[in-house]
Amino acid sequence: MTTVLDPTSEQAPAARELATRPESLAGLTVGLLDISKPRGNVFLDRVSERLSGLGATVNRYTKPTFTKPAPIDLRHEIATTCDAVIEALAD
Amino acid sequence: MMSSDLPPVPPLPDGLVAVVKRDCPTCELVAPVLSDLHERADLTVITQDDPHFPAEADWVHHDTDLALSWHHDIETVPTLLQVSGGVGEQRTVGWSRSEWEQLSGLDGLGRGLPDWRPGCGSLSVDPAHAGELAVRFSGSSLQSRRVELASLEDEWEAMWDRGWSDGLPVVPPTEARVLRMLESTTRDPSEVAAVVPPSLVECTVEKVAVNAVMAGCAPEHLPVVIAALEAVCTDEFNMHGVLATTMSVGPVLVVNGPVAERIGMNSGINSLGQGNRANSTIGRALQLVVRNVGGGHPGGVDRATFGSPAKVGFCFAEDEAGSPWTSLAESRGWRADQSTVTVFTGESPRILADERSRTPESLTKHLAQALQATVSPRMMLGMDAMLVLSPEHMARYADAGWSRDRFTEELSAELTFDGDDLLAGAGGIAAGLPPTAAGQRIPKFRPGGLLVVHSGGPAGLFSAIIGGWANGPRGSDPVTREITP
Repeated sequence: MTTVLDPTSEQAPAARELATRPESLAGLTVGLLDISKPRGNVFLDRVSERLSGLGATVNRYTKPTFTKPAPIDLRHEIATTCDAVIEALAD
Repeated sequence: MMSSDLPPVPPLPDGLVAVVKRDCPTCELVAPVLSDLHERADLTVITQDDPHFPAEADWVHHDTDLALSWHHDIETVPTLLQVSGGVGEQRTVGWSRSEWEQLSGLDGLGRGLPDWRPGCGSLSVDPAHAGELAVRFSGSSLQSRRVELASLEDEWEAMWDRGWSDGLPVVPPTEARVLRMLESTTRDPSEVAAVVPPSLVECTVEKVAVNAVMAGCAPEHLPVVIAALEAVCTDEFNMHGVLATTMSVGPVLVVNGPVAERIGMNSGINSLGQGNRANSTIGRALQLVVRNVGGGHPGGVDRATFGSPAKVGFCFAEDEAGSPWTSLAESRGWRADQSTVTVFTGESPRILADERSRTPESLTKHLAQALQATVSPRMMLGMDAMLVLSPEHMARYADAGWSRDRFTEELSAELTFDGDDLLAGAGGIAAGLPPTAAGQRIPKFRPGGLLVVHSGGPAGLFSAIIGGWANGPRGSDPVTREITP
């Protein structure tokens, strides 16, 4: 094993631990963020249906434009009101 | 490392102790004295290299990992010590009959030997080991986060995966290598050397050293890297803009003064090319700091349309000894005995071939034609440039007795053009000067906007031209910094 010194500004963590996985989605709130690409809502409507069928409460969010990161207030709202995030990107 | 994790300080045996190594002519010379001292005064010998030097005996101890030598600050062999409570209370270094007799309290030591011989360096201060030993025995004062690469991970691939490389292999920045790098500067590792764009991160001397190790620098190159970093991280140079621009430019580093020869820089054959460690790694180290500490990545804040090989790192030295002129640094107000680095925002070099000019006038006119074309032949005053005169081209001026000032004056005259020829739309080309330039004489470069350097191999009637970028407050000004230890 070699130990090296981090050459960066160290503003990003060296390793990030995974959050604990829920055993079931029943009763949990799941957030879906529409990034405002055309017809993304059609896809997310179907995902929402399937998640509701598993007993989850679904909150829907939309960010203003796909060209820029989600505004910090929106990220904060999602983080504080949802129990789980499904991280994925489709185009 | 916590101090409690450190190995304990090993005591020396009490009484008379000599620390030696076989690979030292003075130790070999005094080998009979060591035996004599053992018989008469119960001397113990600590040997650094050969475990059986000066004899295979129970009074000869091998300092296998150099722990004794390191902890007891042995800098020279032989060192003779009077030890009490595990600590050397008196010591003498090298061989001196009078001092050895005084320390041991015995007479008649080393009959037939010279009175005095200097010793040799202790293995524990050998530059090849010193960094490792410091890490092993003293822990470390370094602040950087430790990143453990797994034993099955290939080091080179792991560093690439973490985004730490410019695309070429980087040297793993282990603690020992970084400590060794830092030995070449008197500056404190925790001192902030610069605030590095684009993320405007405070970059310590230690972080510069980490990236210098990765770039392949030797320790003696570090002061140049630090000075260059200080120079580019100024409002005048504007490293943020140089990085972010779509223009394919980067910092071009020219080293002047005594440091260039001292660290083995190339100012001769292939000086703008590959093959010299200092030239190749100093500019690269600077760019790695901008990448890793500043967060400047191509496709991120770096938006260059093409980039250029110069963006990997571009650093060379001026051939001052072979030049009849004052150096670039002197032309910018520095003294010849000062070591400096000048940073200039430039693209890759291009060549002007002129194998026919026999007079300085002819060569000057030809150089002016080539220099007019930098960035665009129709763009005036907005961009600087660097001209690297080769020794054979410089000879035209030396033979005719032209000074740097005379050359600048004559070249400036050749680089002044009729605005009418360069107006937007003139000659069917949309790009060009505004209508206000009509009837005016317009110089290509602002005063001081052409930096002239002498470098390159002795054969070849060529000069190199390095085009610049937007100058002044809206762009970048060249900056020169002194290189200090």
